Amino acid sequence: MDMNTIEAVVPTADPSAWRPGDAWLAGGTVLFSYGSTTLRRLLDVTTAGWPAIQVDDGGIELAATCTIAELYALPDRPGLPPAWTALELVRLCCDSFVASFKIWNASTVGGNIATALPAGPMTSLCASLDGVATVLGPGGGSRQVPVAGLVVGDARTSLAPGELLRSIHLPAAALASRVAFRRLSLSNLGRSGVLLIGRLAPDGGLVLTVTAATKRPVQLRFAGSGAAGPGAGLPDAAGLRRALDAAIPAELYHDDIHGLPQWRRDMTYRLAEEIRAELLGAPAHDVSKGA
Amino acid sequence: MAMGINGTPHANEPRPGQCLRTYLREEGMLGVKKGCDGGDCGACTVHVDGVPVHSCLYPAVRAAGKNVTTVEGLASGGTLHPMQEQFLAAQGFQCGFCTAGMLMTAATFDDAQKENLPRNLKGNLCRCTGYRAIGDAVLGVSTEDADSCGHVGASQGAPAGRAVVTGTARYTLDVDPADYPGLLHMKLLRSPHAHARITSIDTAAALRLPGVRAVFTHQDSPKQLFSTAQHELFTDDPDDTLVLDSVVRHVGQRVAAVVADSVQEAEAGVRALVVSYEVLPAVLDPENALLPGAPAVHGDKDAAASRIGDPAHNIVAELHTELGDVAAGLALADVVHQETYSTQRVQHTALETHAAIGRLDGEGRLDMRSSTQTPFLTRRALCRVFGLPEDAVRVVAGRVGGGFGGKQEMLTEDIVALAVLALRRPVQLEYTRTEQLTASTTRHPFTIRLSAGARRDGTLTALAVDVLVNTGAYGNHAPGVMFHGCGESLAVYQCANKKVDARSVYTNTVPAGAFRGYGLSQMFFAVESAMDELAAGLGMDPMEFRRRNMVRSGDPMLSTSPEPEEDVHYGSYGLDQCVDLVDDALRRGAERYREAGLAELGPDWAVGTGTALSMIDTVPPRGHFAHSVLELLADGTFKSSVGTAEFGNGTTTVHAQLAATALNSRAEFVAVAQSDTSLTEHDTGAFGSTGTVVAGKATLLAAQDLAGELLKVAADGAGADVAACRLVPGAVDCAGTLLPLARVYELAALAGRTLRAEGRWGGTPRSVAFNVHGFRVAVNRGTGELRILQSVQAADAGVVVNPRQCRGQIEGGIAQALGAALYEEVLVGDDGAVTTDILRQYHIPTFADVPRSEVYFAATHDSLGPLGAKSMSESPFNPVAPALANAIRNATGVRFTRLPLARDVIYLGLKAARA
Repeated sequence: MDMNTIEAVVPTADPSAWRPGDAWLAGGTVLFSYGSTTLRRLLDVTTAGWPAIQVDDGGIELAATCTIAELYALPDRPGLPPAWTALELVRLCCDSFVASFKIWNASTVGGNIATALPAGPMTSLCASLDGVATVLGPGGGSRQVPVAGLVVGDARTSLAPGELLRSIHLPAAALASRVAFRRLSLSNLGRSGVLLIGRLAPDGGLVLTVTAATKRPVQLRFAGSGAAGPGAGLPDAAGLRRALDAAIPAELYHDDIHGLPQWRRDMTYRLAEEIRAELLGAPAHDVSKGA
Repeated sequence: MAMGINGTPHANEPRPGQCLRTYLREEGMLGVKKGCDGGDCGACTVHVDGVPVHSCLYPAVRAAGKNVTTVEGLASGGTLHPMQEQFLAAQGFQCGFCTAGMLMTAATFDDAQKENLPRNLKGNLCRCTGYRAIGDAVLGVSTEDADSCGHVGASQGAPAGRAVVTGTARYTLDVDPADYPGLLHMKLLRSPHAHARITSIDTAAALRLPGVRAVFTHQDSPKQLFSTAQHELFTDDPDDTLVLDSVVRHVGQRVAAVVADSVQEAEAGVRALVVSYEVLPAVLDPENALLPGAPAVHGDKDAAASRIGDPAHNIVAELHTELGDVAAGLALADVVHQETYSTQRVQHTALETHAAIGRLDGEGRLDMRSSTQTPFLTRRALCRVFGLPEDAVRVVAGRVGGGFGGKQEMLTEDIVALAVLALRRPVQLEYTRTEQLTASTTRHPFTIRLSAGARRDGTLTALAVDVLVNTGAYGNHAPGVMFHGCGESLAVYQCANKKVDARSVYTNTVPAGAFRGYGLSQMFFAVESAMDELAAGLGMDPMEFRRRNMVRSGDPMLSTSPEPEEDVHYGSYGLDQCVDLVDDALRRGAERYREAGLAELGPDWAVGTGTALSMIDTVPPRGHFAHSVLELLADGTFKSSVGTAEFGNGTTTVHAQLAATALNSRAEFVAVAQSDTSLTEHDTGAFGSTGTVVAGKATLLAAQDLAGELLKVAADGAGADVAACRLVPGAVDCAGTLLPLARVYELAALAGRTLRAEGRWGGTPRSVAFNVHGFRVAVNRGTGELRILQSVQAADAGVVVNPRQCRGQIEGGIAQALGAALYEEVLVGDDGAVTTDILRQYHIPTFADVPRSEVYFAATHDSLGPLGAKSMSESPFNPVAPALANAIRNATGVRFTRLPLARDVIYLGLKAARA
């Protein structure tokens, strides 16, 4: 929709240029969708010319301005290391957008994370792959923050006013994981109500990332079977349930039109157990009897 | 140059915050539509350098130097794009408001994308079709009739088809700016409070802003109370509304209107208004509204003058009747079912939002173009509110982008008229999608406490309902929906003992209004759930139980009065056929699954079937009038002038077909002009499913009359006996000599006359139509996921004038009903504000959500309808939700009594039942 209070669109990606009343404009699919009656300027970061996707041995660098369409095409890129089996998540997460492929031509990875909806599938993807965001601040500074910690609540991030999400680095070790993906929505191809990603890392550890069901991403980490100490090692069904109990208090389950919190909770336990069974080769425990 | 549009450079620079959609419309590309303005509906899809995007989300400045293609640029010269041809061949549209976006999306598909339409079309919402016809269109499936004249029974395409697929069909705001010189734009300030008295409005700051021309407040409002509801008799609804009121009774009610040179200036003016309120106690819940001491929403009204039942106690209307003795009937029963059912607020979500554009014409008459189902009644309402004679007002509807009852209200025209009359300049008001969802109207929520009993032999012994209807802050349609809801839903069953206690009450919430089904969808949810429970309690097949108790042709249809409605008759009866058609189809479906080896889905899945029936009177009570004019033109074709608006209901096609049949002509030789108060005398409007049976009947009568005149003139001219003459397409066959109709026109002209006939119909006597729905579903006990394995509807529409179109109405009704059964709910927060304010919060079915339905027609011929036809537009909606709930009950053993039945609700309901 028209944003009738906007007085200028400024081509810049310099946080020093930011002042109150400004908003960073990437694809525009969120800003122009909700509209605004308070913003004065849009700072167009797409003019910075950041390369959308850079690949090296250390992993993948996604520019914040990488469009979903560009990301969707990534798995077809020649020369990607065959060990990066976790790349199968890319399309699964893109297809988790309630928005259609047309929106993907404009909307961006950074925009989806910065919007910080619990169901933001780029948050799911990047958090589950231990993505680390580079955030630019005024005066030429920058900081690094894990995506799982960047989104701190429903539509809330740890970005300070004027800070700019520059890129997300997906480390090679995470990309070389075996992954399992589960998602539920109240309608076919609708907004995610529950989205869980399990990742069995090369070191044998299991990382379970819960998004959509919770107000912010929640990660459960289990060290490989060689690990020592109390609580260490890969979980059995009961251990997984205890870990979820400890990690997610009832009030952290999201409550909106896209799913009742009790359903999201029970589905989190159900899908987590399915993932555990899939990745650890264990027989699935029937959660409907336990939960 | 700013950008190229359809190959032409456009130099105007867009504003900084402008989206491409409004820029394109300002540049004259009126085929680019606004459905939601938030990226959800896809109606505004265009190509930027060949890439499909939603133009409402695309910053216009970003298109600088690029080439934009809109629907107007899809055809090359006069040659349609193949996708446009396909949408015509499959009639992949009804109202057509989504069509440009559908075309611009589908035109980019490769073969792989066509193989996954649920994924690739989920960003394009259609509210009318149920998507089957759109799927056919995209895949190139033609449903064209082989060469036919388009008579009754033929699947003639809509006359506006080519305009729809080329983006040249003109909806409400698709006007030539030259016709509205100096057009001003209106924006509304809306109440933040559920109930408050406005103590002051300071307009000074707003009036100082550039471009702001006027601010209207309650001090400028006419004092005449009225209802936004439109009925033939305005006395059917309470007079409880003012154009602008000093008391606001729901969050979102109009407080003031700012009129400015542009939308953005009007928005700035709204932000600059300073309003003080005295906040009053509010009541949001209908049960609480009935408690002693509850705030009286319209306590200031005089009951008799405003026709409000009991304004001190928030009761708009009530009904208490008993036929026989329900207590005795329940005592006789072997099985008794008592349950409370409730239905939620749902919103029509027509793709075109409410909008009106008004001006004074050359003679100083008010000329109002609006998105309305009732142009003639709206004219009457404007005249009443503003004290104008009827000839001082013209109301016209262009093509309307969907209605579903939501446009049987006057929601924009009155405030636009106020501004036009005061400023004597053209003024436009266009609702946003959020205004539509939060501050227009919804379906009435019903709470129904039901008691019913049956004997072991399957005899229904008692049926009693205690109904509480929440009409919201205003009583538009409050009495009608309550009375109608309690009518056919009870009358369809023979039962000696029936009791109704019903109340329609005010609350400080968004007003409810007319919605497809008009109370019946809510009541049939309860009644048909109850019939299923009684059958289950008796161990009887539910369809067998219905066969034993449903009315048969000739049975008195009784609900709240011991005597049947005197003008409702069995003009035809096909309920028995519908029941059998659905029963048989479900049996075949189960067999198909078994043969395909799909019967077993796995341990988590429970499979079941469910059915429900519904009945509807073919015309609303107390008169529904239509006037139709048909004339022969000089070129030998016909011009039909009718009152009915076209909003995807397909009545334009039906008028042409009925006329062509009576004239033994071809449907394409009949051009229909419509929905303009300057064309015909009167038309009650396109609601109550009357397009075919009332307006169509008037057209048929005119055509039959004109046919006789044509024969007489031709016979005279040819010197033949009238009895030896007969009409053929384009000519009269006078005993073997063909006299072209253009010649007949000349002969009449030479005699100083035009060949013109009029038809009138008053909507009485009325008949009854039936729908029966069946589902086969699978429910995942572990997640609540519901899969619809089979969906079947049988309809008794009498003689089906246009089978393809009627099937489309039924498919669309099923899809809309599935939305209401599965997801849709307008939610009101603790402060009284609607929280589901954008389409991402109010999910309507997408291509991915709607199963293909089998549609069957009963073979009946109605003695009252035109050429045997009956109504079939609202009613396909009505049996869907109960059939679905009954299927879930059959699969899982759990009865769900509240709508909607989303997956989380189903899962938690099953979990609670296990505990």
